Amino acid sequence: MAQVHLRSVVKKYGGLQVVHAINLDIADGEFVVLVGPSGCGKSTTLRMIAGLEDISGGEVLIGDRVVNDLPPRERNLAMVFQNYALYPHMSVRENLGFSLKIAKRSQSEIDRAVDDAAEILSLTPLLDRKPGQLSGGQRQRVAMGRAIVRHPDVFLFDEPLSNLDAKLRTQMRVEIKKLHQRLKSTIVYVTHDQVEAMTLADRIVIMRDGHIEQIGTPLEVFERPNTTFVATFIGSPPMNMLPARVGGGRVVLTDGTAFDIPPGHKVEEGQDVIFGARADNIMPVGHSLPATEHVAEVKMSVQLTEPLGTETLLFAQLAGQEVQAKMLNPRPVASGEVLTFQINLDKCHLFDAETGASLRV
Amino acid sequence: MVTPSIDLPNGLLMTRLKLPPWLVLLLPAILILMAVVLIPLLLSLYSSFTSYRLTRPDSITNWIGTFNYEKAAKDENFWAAFGRTVLFLTIALNLEMLFGLGLALMVSKVTKGQRLLRTVMMFPMMFSPILVGFQFKFIFNDNVGLVNNALQSLGLSSTAIPWLVDGKLALFSIAFAEIWMSTSVFGILILAGLYAIPQDPLEAAKVDGCTSWQSFRFVTLPFLMPFIYIAMAIRSLDVARAYDMVQIMTNGGPARRTELLWTLIGRTGYVDAKMGYANAMGYISIFLAIFFTVYFFKKLTSARAELGMGG
Ligand SMILES: Nc1ncnc2c1ncn2[C@@H]1O[C@H](COP(=O)(O)OP(=O)(O)OP(=O)(O)O)[C@@H](O)[C@H]1O
Ligand SMILES: [Mg+2]
Repeated sequence: MAQVHLRSVVKKYGGLQVVHAINLDIADGEFVVLVGPSGCGKSTTLRMIAGLEDISGGEVLIGDRVVNDLPPRERNLAMVFQNYALYPHMSVRENLGFSLKIAKRSQSEIDRAVDDAAEILSLTPLLDRKPGQLSGGQRQRVAMGRAIVRHPDVFLFDEPLSNLDAKLRTQMRVEIKKLHQRLKSTIVYVTHDQVEAMTLADRIVIMRDGHIEQIGTPLEVFERPNTTFVATFIGSPPMNMLPARVGGGRVVLTDGTAFDIPPGHKVEEGQDVIFGARADNIMPVGHSLPATEHVAEVKMSVQLTEPLGTETLLFAQLAGQEVQAKMLNPRPVASGEVLTFQINLDKCHLFDAETGASLRV
Repeated sequence: MVTPSIDLPNGLLMTRLKLPPWLVLLLPAILILMAVVLIPLLLSLYSSFTSYRLTRPDSITNWIGTFNYEKAAKDENFWAAFGRTVLFLTIALNLEMLFGLGLALMVSKVTKGQRLLRTVMMFPMMFSPILVGFQFKFIFNDNVGLVNNALQSLGLSSTAIPWLVDGKLALFSIAFAEIWMSTSVFGILILAGLYAIPQDPLEAAKVDGCTSWQSFRFVTLPFLMPFIYIAMAIRSLDVARAYDMVQIMTNGGPARRTELLWTLIGRTGYVDAKMGYANAMGYISIFLAIFFTVYFFKKLTSARAELGMGG
């Protein structure tokens, strides 16, 4: 077990810089998820930790060792690859035991470790099959098993669930979380799926274009996004973002609709801002949560509904823009119907229109 | 040309015999195959049971049963050539495989000018074996040859080494020429294999603690085996019928010390004009080629099955 530290880590491919001096401290036993859109440098960062990619600048530490110049085999970590990267010519048993065989452990020790891992991951009946004879989910479990037999200092996961169907993904997510609770080892997990990030992580690292946008616990990044990017990336449906200007101590939307300044924000008169509100905080009167202290009311016409069972997603129109809202205890809503919505300003956000930075103090 | 009623017989034939359309369509292919493959094959098989001599064409009707085969079975020269061919094949194939593997591994690591290297790699294959034979005959010549000249002027050897005269050395020299010419067959095929290897398992192996040798041994090599076996199968056929280079370099001599199957058979058939006997030896030899082909294809199938590529 070990901590992992990234100190101003840079990655360049020729002249192209894809990771820009990122800093990250991962505690021993922590489950950290790197999340971000495709191409933002998550895999590259993970592969630099693994030693599969040269580090162009800065330092990577595992434990107290700078590992920049150590080959992967001397870093004592295990990696689960996106497409599993099983050895196709070896049986499941050989796949699981391969790293121990390379480490010259005794056969009895290897057998024990393999049987244990197979037991944990319900792979026992499949031990003599080749990877080609397994389903996607089974291969994924073999890939995980190959990682856990080693008792590595750090586990690295690169989108291990992205090839699975939705149901299996949910199931494996739970398995991974259980595994972490059992092994208590440090895990760095890459995904572009924010739901996975929210459900698994102790801390989430949100990346964009090779920069870290925000680091925080799932609740922190959900409730206090630093930037418009984080605000729209985390949470589903994405946060509604409405351009506005501060006027007369209020937030004025482009069509003149005005709200009080959401509490906890510092703005200047005349400043261009973006008003952010999640669907969960915009609800029709009579179908909402008990009112909080700061509430704004606004009339909107509903264009489209998406019933989800216990609630319905409403697509309404405000200041010439589509806004998603939620309706609890739903009733049928006709298209074009105008409803009065309550906006819970305590949970709303203001961002600087130019920089996208949160104006929260 | 106008041929008013010539098509009548044709039409008659078609309608009378009522050949099914598939047969009509396949007929050209069947006829060509018969003419090119089947008839010569049958004819030579038949002639191996006769005392056919090229100088006495009428002897082709002289049926002597399995006499030629019995004679071959008892012929020491034939079995010596047979054994030598197997030895030659084993040495040449294995060395070519090793060198080809090494060559492919090196070329695959080169980052700049790889295309050029690949082309250069194929150069030896572009020459006619006859020319290569002449070239090496000169290189290994004991008086004016390059090798002896170099050895002597470097003071490594004071006498002229009889490269093409001494039995063992001559076989070595021929093998050398063969390997020089054909290592690139292995090189190219193995290189194709290297390009086809998925990178993921190799990266997994690195993380799993493999040194580069271990990655090669446990991951790369199993992936390459099908390619190696394909190359082996192709080359075993090539080498098993080795004729041209040996013919040029030593003509099977001196005193049959480098006699391989096909130089022996060629001489028996065309120089001694004993075509029937030559054909009989040829048929026995073909089993050698068939054996190697079947062997390597078996290996290929099992290596592919290993990799989960299916039979
Ligand atoms: N070998 C390479 N040469 C040049 N650029 C590369 C190379 N590998 C990756 N990149 C670039 O680096 C950037 C980051 O790639 P990376 O694979 O880390 O993205 P990612 O965040 O993992 O995306 P995804 O979610 O699609 O896997 C991308 O813009 C990619 O184009
Ligand atoms: Mg990636």
